[in-house]
Amino acid sequence: MTTTNLVLLLLGLGLATFFYGRQKAYVVSKSHGGMRNMHSLPSQHGVMVAIWCALPALLLVLFWKLAEPAVISSMLNSVIPASVMDGGDKAIGLYKNDIANIIESGKASSNPEKQVVADRWVALSSISSWVLLAIVLAIAAIGAATALRKISPDTRARVMVERVVHWFLIICSSIAILTTVGILCSVLFESFRFFQQVSFVEFVTGTKWSPQTAIRVDQVGSSGSFGAIPLFTGTLLISAIAMVVAVPIGLLAAIYLAEYASDRMRAFAKPLLEILAGIPTVVYGFFAALTVAPAIREWGELIGLSPSSESALAAGVVMGIMIIPFVSSLSDDVITAVPQAMRDGSYALGATHSETIKKVVLPAALPGVVSGILLAASRAIGETMIVVMAAGLAANLTANPLEAVTTVTVQIVTLLTGDQEFDSAKTLAAFALGLMLFFTTLVLNIIALHVVRRYREQYD
Amino acid sequence: MNTKSNTSAASDAFDNLKETVGVVTVDDPKMSARNVDVFYGEKQAIYDVSLDIANNEVIAMIGPSGCGKSTFLRCLNRMNDSIPTCRVTGEMSLDGEDLYGAGLDPVLLRARVGMVFQKPNPFAKSIYDNVAYGPRIHGLASNRAELDDIVISSLQKAGLHEEVQDRLDAPGTSLSGGQQQRLCIARTIAVSPEVILMDEPCSALDPIATARIEELIDELRENYAIAIVTHSMQQAARVSQRTAYFHLGKLVEVGSTNNIFTNPRHELTENYITGRFG
Ligand SMILES: Nc1ncnc2c1ncn2[C@@H]1O[C@H](COP(=O)(O)OP(=O)(O)OP(=O)(O)O)[C@@H](O)[C@H]1O
Ligand SMILES: [Mg+2]
Repeated sequence: MTTTNLVLLLLGLGLATFFYGRQKAYVVSKSHGGMRNMHSLPSQHGVMVAIWCALPALLLVLFWKLAEPAVISSMLNSVIPASVMDGGDKAIGLYKNDIANIIESGKASSNPEKQVVADRWVALSSISSWVLLAIVLAIAAIGAATALRKISPDTRARVMVERVVHWFLIICSSIAILTTVGILCSVLFESFRFFQQVSFVEFVTGTKWSPQTAIRVDQVGSSGSFGAIPLFTGTLLISAIAMVVAVPIGLLAAIYLAEYASDRMRAFAKPLLEILAGIPTVVYGFFAALTVAPAIREWGELIGLSPSSESALAAGVVMGIMIIPFVSSLSDDVITAVPQAMRDGSYALGATHSETIKKVVLPAALPGVVSGILLAASRAIGETMIVVMAAGLAANLTANPLEAVTTVTVQIVTLLTGDQEFDSAKTLAAFALGLMLFFTTLVLNIIALHVVRRYREQYD
Repeated sequence: MNTKSNTSAASDAFDNLKETVGVVTVDDPKMSARNVDVFYGEKQAIYDVSLDIANNEVIAMIGPSGCGKSTFLRCLNRMNDSIPTCRVTGEMSLDGEDLYGAGLDPVLLRARVGMVFQKPNPFAKSIYDNVAYGPRIHGLASNRAELDDIVISSLQKAGLHEEVQDRLDAPGTSLSGGQQQRLCIARTIAVSPEVILMDEPCSALDPIATARIEELIDELRENYAIAIVTHSMQQAARVSQRTAYFHLGKLVEVGSTNNIFTNPRHELTENYITGRFG
C-alpha cells in the first residue's frame, strides 16, 4: 500500500467517523434532554472523533516514512558483501545506488549477489508497509473508540477542536517563517563561503565588477574583481528612473480615476490600466530594447549627446510604465475609501474640488498611497528581464542615464546561468549579491513601515 | 378639537395639506426659499417648501426621520451638488442673490453659508490645522500670528480651547466625539460665515457637551443666522426662536417656537410634539 493511499484511507476514515460521531452526539443529546444540555454541538463532537481517529495515525505515518529509509538501509548492511562494506561510506553509498537502480528498473540483475540484496530490500520495504498499515489501523480504531466513548453532555469537544485548530494554524504560519529563515540561512552560509575567498570590504567598497575566476592558475587575466558598488548604483539608477516615471503618472491617474472620472469611465479605464501589470516582462523587455532604446539614441544624437544603444534610461522608463498600475490601482482604492463625510466637511468650508483633494483627501489617503509606491519600488528593484534586454550587462559606475548599466538581479542571473563550478567565487558571488539585495529591501521596508505606522497612529 | 386622531385621520390631514400653516416669511430675510422641490432621481424628497431664515435668529427644523430636513438644509449651501442624482427646482436666495443662478459660485456660497454635520468629520490633520484649514484656503490671515489668533478665538468660541490648548498638534481624530463636534464647529466659525447650518449637531453628544453647544449657538446668534435640525424637542425649545415642522417632504407648520410648542395649529404638528407618532 502506497503512502498516498494510506493517507487517503485515513482521511476517509476521519470523514466517516465525523458523521458517525455527529450522529452519536445527536442521539446522546436526545437522551439527556436536548441540545441545551450539551456543552458542545454535535458537529464539534464529530470533529473531535475524526481528529482522535485520524490525527495520531497521520502523525505516525509521517514519522514512519521519515525514519523508514534510514532503518531499512542499516538493516541491509548485514547482506551487503564484506568487500563493499570495507570500502568505506562512499563505496557503500554507490553500491546502494546500484541496488536502488535495479529495483527501479524492475528487471532481474545479472549480478546474483546484488540481486540478493535487492530482493532483501524489496522484502523489507513490503514488511515495513504492512506493519505500518496494521499499526495505523489499530491506532485509528483505538482513537475513534476512545473519542466515541467520550461523547457526553460534559465533554468539551469545542474546546478540544479549537485547540487543535489553533496548533494547526501555528504550524502553518511557522512553515512560512521557517522557509524564510531557511532561505536566509542558506544564502548567509553561501555568502560566508564567498567572503572567505573575496574580502567583504572589497565587495562592498569595490568599484570594479568583473567576476572572472581562473580555470588554470597561469591564465591571462585570471584575477576577477568583485566590487558590487556599480551593480547597486545601477539598480538604484534604474529604479529611481522608474519611480520618477511611475509615481507621478500613477498618482495623478489614480486621482483622476477616483475623483474626476465618471463611473463608466472608471469602470472602463481601471481594468485597462491594470492590464499593464499583466503584460509579461519579456514583452516590456523587447519593447524597451527595440523601440525605446533606439528612440532615445536618436533623440540624444539630435541634441548632440551620444547615448549608448543600451541605456539605463530606456530600461528605467519602460520599467516605470510597467509599475504604474501598482501605484495607481492601490492609490485609487485608498482615495476612493476616504469617507465622503470628510470631503463634505471641506466643501462646506468653501474649499474647491482641487483644494479638497490636495489638502484633505490625499493626506488622509497617504498611508495607502505610500504602500502602493513601496510595492512598486520593490517590483522595480527586483525586475530583471527588462534590464537584461535594454540596459545591458556592462557594470559601469555612472550616474549618467544614457549609459549602459547593469543591476544586481541581472548579475545574479548571469552568474548562475551556464555550467558553473558550484564553489567558485564567481558562483558564490551570486549569493552574496542576493544577501545584499535582501538587506537593502529589508531596510527599505522597515523604514517605510515605520513611516506609515507613525502616520497611522496620528490620523486613524 | 379632535386630539385623539387616529392614523388615518392624520394621513387625511396630510393629503389635504396644500399650504404651510403659519407665516413662512420674515422681514429682511437672510436666506429665503420659495416653492422648492427636491428630487433624488425619480423620487421626490421635498414638496413645494417656502421658508425664510432671518438674521440673528435660530430656526429649528423638526420632523420625523426621513422627512427631508437634511435634504432641505443641504440645499441651502448647495451641498447636494455632490449627489449626482439630486435635482433642485424653485428659488433660493442669500441676501436676495439666487443660489442656483448662473452667476453664483457654490464655492463662494459655502464660504458664506457654513455647515456642521450630524456626525463629526474632522480632517486627518492636527487640531490646529483642522481649524486653520478654512482661513488658509480663503487667505483670511496674512501671517502666522493672525492665523493663530483666528484659530484660538474660534476654539474659544466653540468652548474647546481649554481642553486642547496644550495639544494643538495632536490629530483631530484623537479627540472624543463631543470634542470632535466642537472642533467641527470651531472649524466652521473660523471662516466667519454669515449663516451656519447645523444638522443634528448634538446627536452624538452627552448632555454636558450638548449644553455647551446650545450655549454656543445662543452666543453665535448675535452675529449669525443659524438653522438647526434636531430630533430633540427640548433642544428646539431651548435654542430656537422659530420652529419649522416637516412631514414627509412637506413643510407643515412654521411659527415662533413658543407658539409651536404650546399651541400647535396643525394636527400633524400637534401629534408630533406630543409624541403621538414620529
Ligand atoms: N442621497 C440620496 N439618494 C436618494 N435618496 C435620498 C438621498 N438622501 C436622502 N434621500 C431620501 O430623501 C428623503 C429625505 O431624507 P433626509 O436625509 O433629508 O431626511 P431627514 O429628515 O434628514 O431624516 P433624519 O432625521 O433621519 O436625518 C428620505 O426618504 C431619503 O430616503
Ligand atoms: Mg438628516
